[in-house]
Order: sequence, then structure tokens, then C-alpha cells
Amino acid sequence: MRWLLAKDLLILRRSRLLVGVLVVYPIAIALLIGLAISRGPGKPKVAIVDRTSPGQTVQVGSQRVPVSRYAEQLFDQVQSVRVPTRAQAVREIKSGKVLAAVVIPPNIAARLGSGLRQAQLEVLYNGNALEQSLVQSQIDAALAQANIGFSEQIQRAAAQALGALLSGRNLGALGSPDLIGLKQIPPTLHGIIARLPPGADRAALERIETFAAFAAQNLLLAKNVLSTVGQPIQVKSTLIAGRRTPLNTFAVVVAVSVSLMFVCMLLASGGVALEREEHTLARLVRGLVSRGGLLAEKALLAAGCSLLLALAMLAGIGAFVALDWSRVGLWLAALAFGAAGFAALGVAIGVLAREVRAASLLAFLLSLPLAFLALVPSGAVGAGLYDVISAISFVFPFKAALQALDAAVNDAAPSIGGSLAHLAALTVLFGALARVGLRRVD
Amino acid sequence: MEGLSEPVLSVSGLAKRYGEREALRDVSFDVRARELVAVVGPNGAGKTTLLSIIAGVQRASAGSVSGSAGTRGGHAIGWAPQRPALYSKLSVAENLRLFAHLERVPDVEPAVARMLEQTGLGDRADEPVERLSGGNRQRVNVALGLIADPQILTLDEPTSALDPGQRARLWEFVAALAARGTPVLFSTHHVSEVRRYATRAIVLADGELLFDGPPSALVAGGAGEADFEASFLAFLHERGHG
Repeated sequence: MRWLLAKDLLILRRSRLLVGVLVVYPIAIALLIGLAISRGPGKPKVAIVDRTSPGQTVQVGSQRVPVSRYAEQLFDQVQSVRVPTRAQAVREIKSGKVLAAVVIPPNIAARLGSGLRQAQLEVLYNGNALEQSLVQSQIDAALAQANIGFSEQIQRAAAQALGALLSGRNLGALGSPDLIGLKQIPPTLHGIIARLPPGADRAALERIETFAAFAAQNLLLAKNVLSTVGQPIQVKSTLIAGRRTPLNTFAVVVAVSVSLMFVCMLLASGGVALEREEHTLARLVRGLVSRGGLLAEKALLAAGCSLLLALAMLAGIGAFVALDWSRVGLWLAALAFGAAGFAALGVAIGVLAREVRAASLLAFLLSLPLAFLALVPSGAVGAGLYDVISAISFVFPFKAALQALDAAVNDAAPSIGGSLAHLAALTVLFGALARVGLRRVD
Repeated sequence: MEGLSEPVLSVSGLAKRYGEREALRDVSFDVRARELVAVVGPNGAGKTTLLSIIAGVQRASAGSVSGSAGTRGGHAIGWAPQRPALYSKLSVAENLRLFAHLERVPDVEPAVARMLEQTGLGDRADEPVERLSGGNRQRVNVALGLIADPQILTLDEPTSALDPGQRARLWEFVAALAARGTPVLFSTHHVSEVRRYATRAIVLADGELLFDGPPSALVAGGAGEADFEASFLAFLHERGHG
């Protein structure tokens, strides 16, 4: 077997394009994932056209809230670029300098103050369906945050107005008498009523006292309600099962698993198909090498090369994301079992195909949907379809390899032992299928 | 055949079935030292199947392959398939060296040097096979069949992709090999090659052995035409394989 291994390594070394792709591909993926994770999009760059007059305010009871506060809230949520006109905002979007533009209309204060009509903003954006979806969700999130911030200020102003109504207010330096609060009316009236003789006047004042007490009590309730309407429900998250995996390290695991699968399956399937393409398979299996030995050699070469590349990828991504290197033994186990599963599937594909190109195409066509299906979360599709997807993912090694590596890198559920056993079983299954397929050599 | 040397290869009652289809039916013959035996027949006659079974690439459904070469296993039977079975990214010498190691040849480098000399490819030893002409590839293909110094060489349609000049050079090499004592069993559908190079002809049609004897007897057994190819066709026609 060592002579075959040496021969395949020599051929691999001379296939400069293939080696180049095999080396550059995982490095490129590692860099892209690393950069994407470490330098997220952050705040979207948005042009803001503020058409309100300087110093405009919204009247809330006796309080006034400057409209400029809304613009400030919005600026906090985005990377803002102030532009004077809507037309210039459109030009900025078309040139790609900003993702979108928000136009704050001049009548926003009037609408907010009226209490009858909602204020309206205009949002402008561009791009294809995917870009539109991304921009819209980012802008919606930014506007929602700005709305919450501004509505909190409105609430505070309204609460102050209600507080003054309830507790009264000192009108201050103008020398005017203090404004009596609704809460102070019942005790004041009670003292007056006590001094009055029974009669119609006393009965009328008693009714007013009762109303004042009722009104004060309900206004207090309204003030409390006002503090909760801004964010009526708070969310407390609880993970029912499994350990929480940070998105960035899960992305690392996905990137490494996909690369391991691509490289391993392409090498294993191509290695077997090459023997058919060169017509050397028959020469080899006429007693020089056993069929099982030949398949094992191809699988070993593919698994070894892909494992080294996957480790290099993890090391490369480790420059961007903090990985726990004390678990490197578990990484190796997960990568080795995963590589074995992919290599067995790869040689089975290689046995089916008669040419390297056909084998590579088959391996590629199978890899992409396998990776996609394994990442479909439950609930994203109907229950029946999810069962089908789960069954497909179960009989191919990608999902098990992903789970094994996730458990090894992130200590995520399910446990690594089950995934490794699953991969071992799939390795035996695809190895046996490949061996049966290689029975007839022509 | 009495009084002749012991057979190097003895094929007895060989049969091969692919499901319902019979590719070979009860084929028996012997090959002795220095013989150049042609297996001839129309396409689909079973020539490649017969040689593949003898070379150990396929298993027979029935019958046996024995003789001094047959009992020693695959290493004693050299085999050159119809399409050159070579690694195109490797050089001529690297191909020879690899198969010498796989054939467990005791002294690899002398064996490689001997085959380079015999095939006349010494000056192109370090050239990748992918740069060789079809004729030279076929010479390397034959050299790989001979690298383990087998007791018999089997060649499956060795000249099918060669031009007349390349054919002539290959037959010169094969004839020299047989003259040195190594019998050669080759398949072909060029009946002219049978008359010109073979010392014996085996005619197969639809998996059945129709004739085993000298090529001259094949002509005499036909319709008696002078033209060998016409005689061969008449021979097949008379036996219901026309």
C-alpha cells in the first residue's frame, strides 16, 4: 500500500492546479469567515435628511420635547451621514455610499403633537431582493430603537404632566399661588365639610370629595400604566436543552466541516476515479493490491490531507476567534472520524464514476445540498419535510461531523461520543458499498 | 501435441456468464514455451474476457487456468490490457519502478533498466507518459506486463490504436520475446496479424472455441480462398457466425 500512497502523493504534487485549489480554498474560507466574524457590519451607514425646523418641539401636556431628540436617537442607532435634500440622499444610495436614507418630514412635530395622526418617516433604499431584505431589517431595527428612545422621552414628559396634576406644582418665581394637586383635594375638602352644617351644600361638597379621591386614585394608576406601555413585555430566555454555542465559534465549526467535506470527498472520489480513467485499476486488482486495500489507501490519503487542511483552518481562524486549544485532542478525534466518513463516501462516489471530472462533479453536487440540509433548523420547514431532511442528514456524514466538531470545539450538545459512533457506522457502511461496487472491474 | 514441452499455461473448460449471457463456453487450450498464440474472432467473441480471466482480472464461472505459470498466480502471467494502463503524470521509469515494487520484483532498478533497454525507451525514461505517442505508450504498457519477468505474456489487442510503423516495431519486439522463450498469447481482430506473426491461432466466436491450430490450417479449413481474411470470414460463416 505504501507504494500506491507514494505514487498518489507524487501525482498530487504534480497536479499543481489541484494542490493550489486545495491549499488556497481552506485558507480563503478561513480568512473570510474570520473577517466576517471579527468585523461584523456594525451600524448601517444611513443618510439622514432632517427637514424639521430648528428648535421644533412636541407639546405633551404642559411639557415640551424637542423634535431634535428623535434625530439624536436615530443617529445613535446608525452611522449617520447628514444630507440636506432628498435628491442628494437618493444619489448617495445609488452611488453605494450609504445603505439607505431616512427623511424626517417637516410636519413631524405637528403630527406627534396632534395625538390623532401618527408621524411618518420616509425610508429610501436600493439593491436586489436580498440586499433589500437585509437593509430593510437593519433600518427597521434602527428605527425601532430610535422610536423606543423617543417614546420614552414622550412618556417621561407625560408622566411629569400627570405628576403635576396629581401632586400639584409650585409655579415658582412669578409669585403665583401653588397649583393644588388632585391628591390634596379630598383632605382639604374633608376639613371644610367637617365645619359645615348638614344640608344641600355639604352633600354637594361630599360628592365632589368622593369624585376627587376616585380621580386621584385612577390617575395614579394611569401614571403607572404609562411607564409600562413603552416596553410592555420583557423577554427572559431559557435554553431548554444543550449548551449555548456562540454564533462565531459555530460559524468556525461550519466553515471547517464544509472544507473538510469538500477536500476529502474530492480527493477520495478523484483518487479512485483516476485509477479507472488511467485503466490501471484492472492492473492493480489482479493480485497486486486487494480491492479493499486500494480503497483504504485512497480513503487514507484523502482523510489525511483533509485533516491537515482542517487543522490549518482551525489554526488560521484561531487568529480571529478565541478557541480553547486545551480541547485539541477532541478536535483531532472529531476531524479524524469526520474525515473517515467523508473519505468512505468519497471512494463510494469514485467507484460509481469512471472519470475524475464526473467523480468531482458528483462529489460537489452531493456536498452542497448535504451541507445545506444539515443546517436547516427545526421549525424553519414543515414537520414532515423536516423529518425527511433529518433522515437524509442521518445517512450522510456531514451533520454527524458537524455535531462532533461542534461538541469538540464548543462543548455543545449532543455529546461527541454519539456523533463519533455515528460517523464510524457511516464509514463502515459507505466503505462496504464502495467495496461491493468495485467487485466488477472491466 | 505429444512430445512437446510441458504447457506454460493450460486452460481447461473455461466458462464465464454475465447473468443470462454466456461470454465464454467450455474453452480449453494449452500454451507452450516460444509459442506466439493469436486469439482471433469478431467483436464480442469473448477474447478480452478470456485474457482477463487468464490474467487474474476476472474470475471464471467454471473451469481452470493451470500450468507452470497458471499455478504461480498473477505474477507469472504478464498482462498488457487493450488500452495502456499507465499513470500519465508519472514518467516511464516511475511507472516501471512502481509496478516493479507492486509485483515484488527483488531487484527493482536492474529490472527497470532491462525493460527500458528492451523497449528502446531508455532515452525517454524520465519523460511523463502523457507526452508519449500512442505507440510508445503501448510499448510501456507491454513493458509493465513484462516487468516481473513472467513465464507468459498476454496482450489484449496490442496494436488496435497503432499506425502501421508502430505495429511493425511492436511485433518485432514481441517476436524477439517469444524467440527468447517467453510465450505470448495475444488477442486481435486483425486476421492479417495472425497469418504474419502467430505460430498458432485460436478462433473464438460467441464465446465458443471454433479452431485451435496453425494459421495455415485455418486457411485450408476455410473455403480455400487465397486471401486469408476472406478465408477467415468464410470459416466463421460456415460455422454459423458470419
